[in-house]
Amino acid sequence: MTLLQIIFLVIAAVMLIGSFLVVTSRRLIHAGLWLILVMAGVAAMLVILEASFLAVVEVLVYIGAISILIIFAVMLTRRVMDDTGPQSTQLWWVAGLVSLLLFGGLLAVFARVPALLVTASELPADQATVLSDLGRSLVDANRFVLPFEVASILLLAAMVGAIFIARPETSVEGGEDE
Amino acid sequence: MIPLWWFLALAAAMFCLGIYGVLSRRNAIGILMGIELMLNAVILNLVAFWRYLNPSVISGQVFAIIVLAVAASEAAVGLALIISIYRRRGTVVAEDIDLLKW
Repeated sequence: MTLLQIIFLVIAAVMLIGSFLVVTSRRLIHAGLWLILVMAGVAAMLVILEASFLAVVEVLVYIGAISILIIFAVMLTRRVMDDTGPQSTQLWWVAGLVSLLLFGGLLAVFARVPALLVTASELPADQATVLSDLGRSLVDANRFVLPFEVASILLLAAMVGAIFIARPETSVEGGEDE
Repeated sequence: MIPLWWFLALAAAMFCLGIYGVLSRRNAIGILMGIELMLNAVILNLVAFWRYLNPSVISGQVFAIIVLAVAASEAAVGLALIISIYRRRGTVVAEDIDLLKW
């Protein structure tokens, strides 16, 4: 067992324990903090996979933006069910059964596909060319410029929609029933 | 070297834990956290396949970036909806938000 494998197993164990606590911890703010740990683990996995740009983006977007957004939302709504009442639905065991069945099914599929036993092939060259190829392919008219632009329009629409939906209702004119 | 299926098994476990969170949480923000776990597992899967099967073609990373953009917009709109519902109805419990249920 090489050093890289040991590092992988340690990070994977931390990630799995963190994921479990994300979905089970009673206080939602703790779940949000565990989510940050899991995302840091994913960033470390991306470093192991030599996807340096994606690792940085994972830290920036997930840890820096999305988890902060989630924690803000938890704080804004925390009076409702902070420690009172059950945090899980009554049929939580059905949910556990479904996810366990799915996990078993996925592992069974993995065991049947011999192509999954491959080891990593060599990267074509040093990281710099991979990175510049990634950047060029996002603005190349023959490759991924259309998905890239559609994603940016989606982000713009989501931003406008989020501002519109979460706007306070102080200046609402007639037609509202409240 | 780490075999590919280690990454796939880890991503599958994260995805299934996310599904458990989505199905069992009562709090709507907890459901969103489960969705974020699932999307993280998908990103890990895409990058692992890119690295192991065809690292000379960059599309795996491009896919992961698109998934990331979708995840960001989903989180923004989802949390805006939850805060709006909380303002109007004073609850974030998913089973109390049943206006469209009959």
